[in-house]
Amino acid sequence: MGVKIGEGKFFERVDKGINDKFMRKAVKEAQTRLEGRKTQTTEEMGNWEDWRDLSEEIRQHTLENLDYYLDQFVENVAKQGGHVFFAEDAAEANEYITSVVKKKEAKNIIKSKSMVTEEISMNEALEELGCNVVESDLGEWILQLDDHDPPSHIVVPALHKNKEQIRDTFRDKRKYDKSSDPNELAQFAREQLRKDFLSAEVGITGCNFAVAESGTVSLVTNEGNARMATTLPKTQITVMGMERIVPTWKELDILVSMLCRSAVGQKLTSYITGLTATKEEGDVDGPEEFHVVIVDNGRSKILGTQFQSALQCIRCAACINVCPVYRHVGGHSYGSIYPGPIGAVLTPLLEGYDDHKELPYASTLCAACTDACPVKIPLHELLVEHRRVIVEQSGKSSFGEKLAMKGYAYAASNPSVYKIGSSSAPSFIGHVAKGEDGHGKGPGPVKLWTDIRDLPEPTGDTFRKWYVNREKGGGKS
Amino acid sequence: MTTGTIHNKDKFLRKIADQLGRKRRTEKVELPKWSKLPQYEVFDGLSKDELLDQFVLQCENIHTNVVVTTQAELKEMFPKIINDLGGKSIVHWKDPRFDEYGLREALENQKKSGVSVHEWNKDLGKRNIEKAEQANIGITFSDVTLAESGTCVLHSDNGKGRSVSLLPEKYLAIIPKSTLVPRMTQATDKIHEIAQKNGRMPSCINFISGPSNSADIELRLVVGVHGPVKATYIVIDDK
Ligand code: SF4
Repeated sequence: MGVKIGEGKFFERVDKGINDKFMRKAVKEAQTRLEGRKTQTTEEMGNWEDWRDLSEEIRQHTLENLDYYLDQFVENVAKQGGHVFFAEDAAEANEYITSVVKKKEAKNIIKSKSMVTEEISMNEALEELGCNVVESDLGEWILQLDDHDPPSHIVVPALHKNKEQIRDTFRDKRKYDKSSDPNELAQFAREQLRKDFLSAEVGITGCNFAVAESGTVSLVTNEGNARMATTLPKTQITVMGMERIVPTWKELDILVSMLCRSAVGQKLTSYITGLTATKEEGDVDGPEEFHVVIVDNGRSKILGTQFQSALQCIRCAACINVCPVYRHVGGHSYGSIYPGPIGAVLTPLLEGYDDHKELPYASTLCAACTDACPVKIPLHELLVEHRRVIVEQSGKSSFGEKLAMKGYAYAASNPSVYKIGSSSAPSFIGHVAKGEDGHGKGPGPVKLWTDIRDLPEPTGDTFRKWYVNREKGGGKS
Repeated sequence: MTTGTIHNKDKFLRKIADQLGRKRRTEKVELPKWSKLPQYEVFDGLSKDELLDQFVLQCENIHTNVVVTTQAELKEMFPKIINDLGGKSIVHWKDPRFDEYGLREALENQKKSGVSVHEWNKDLGKRNIEKAEQANIGITFSDVTLAESGTCVLHSDNGKGRSVSLLPEKYLAIIPKSTLVPRMTQATDKIHEIAQKNGRMPSCINFISGPSNSADIELRLVVGVHGPVKATYIVIDDK
């Protein structure tokens, strides 16, 4: 699939999103529910901020010593009989994965959810070999059956679909003849996928966190499909982004706890599975052969830059679940498999600005994402930083805009001024939104955002205050 | 055990070090002293009984039935629970704790009453997986039990197949009360010790909290997807 999804220009996609009434309702309800559950589970902890501080420290320390921990991890994998391949880019990763599959003469491949395999278009590479690649995560399976509809959320990929649409897909593709009750739909998936699990020669998984000290790959799941994919096939291939690592099991504890709470409001998901290399001698189930593919694909060039903190991300989607822009435009508008605030930060870093330069503007800089992030990535500041870079690179914008950007970046990066800074933001947005740059038109993105009428009028309030009011029916737009 | 292969490591790691503006780190990196350790505050100082109360409360949230019983009563409870779960067929770990807690006899009695009972047997190879796949109930012990999240921690080995807690329609965990700890932290601390000793890790460690589930369709919770559709815990008041 690649990072980039969908055709058409950014604002065409946004238009489509804005006009998709079902999708908007679904996203709104989902956000409310996910955010509510998260708030409940984090509030009951009492000291959520301590957990966030610790998580941030762990992620920062790990990134600063990433070469060391990766080295330790892979040596431990190999020591216990597993194979490791470091892939610079998608092509290298796919070449290795397909070579393993070829050697095994495998035809049937079962997959559990993995964003990085989407990123490198692994399925397509395997299908070209003539393999039957089956996605086993319920959401991913639905999308795969529906002619590879792209995901719209990193945790709940089929969030944009309603149960009737899913029933119709099952009916058209798999002769399903029951109701649209989610229980019946899931039961059908269980029956259909069982034989795929049992017949697969190769299981392919992602990796939530690799543990350096033991060479373990951990998977955080609910459905049981990732366990199936790592219990039944003879060969396991795990594909991971190179930053997905923790030093020891002690840090795994913290980050898994944060991921479960932030993503779905669970204390722990139904299954946290730690897999270390191949099965042991005398074990009946588990893989005989174990491969881990560690993927760079643009990540290393983020290291050592002002954007390094983006690599702290644990893919929990909490930032997506609180984002007012995502709420209105939906996941597909971002044109990336990584939507929402983290997508707007990460996509241009991985893929360059050319196709994605609007993304940093797909934000109101309300900072809800930053507040939600369990590993304290300053998401809205990184978006401002992107804008600054874009403005600098393009050189097209007016002097006034450059100044405003600089002022904003300064305020955003300086916590003590930030509170004042955020209340001055609306007036800045208003300034460009109204096209007061001397040419009668604001820069494209911001102008169009006001067309969508989701931008605040410059009331002097912070966007968040405005937004809360508006949701309560007190706003004026 | 044969050692695995590693491809492209040096080039890959050098690039990372370059980006970070320094030489490769090969000397041991010490973990910093973290500024906060909130994980140890959870249920700190609670007795086993208090932990059990928390555990039972949490199990309600994860759609899991809990039966608390004594070892003396267990023999009587066990057939009732199996019956409630629909009987028919059982697959269970080969684990000395079945004898220790007097469950061997209970399982024999099940057999006599016509329930098919299969004990994981490494010599039977794939046959075990077929048995598990057809079984109504899979039974394992919990190696460590987490009060906060209602979790059983399972370490795999020859007699402790991964499939037993995964493939049957229902999952039954036997939990000695002595295995209760506050949260994941205490379990991972122990695993950390295994890793530090540099021994072979169990190839699979599972933290299981209730039945499989999904919210992938309209965020509506469905209990029972690919793993067991129902989970039941028996806590034995052993100490
Ligand atoms: S940026 Fe933070 S909140 Fe967003 S997905 Fe990543 S870890 Fe979660």
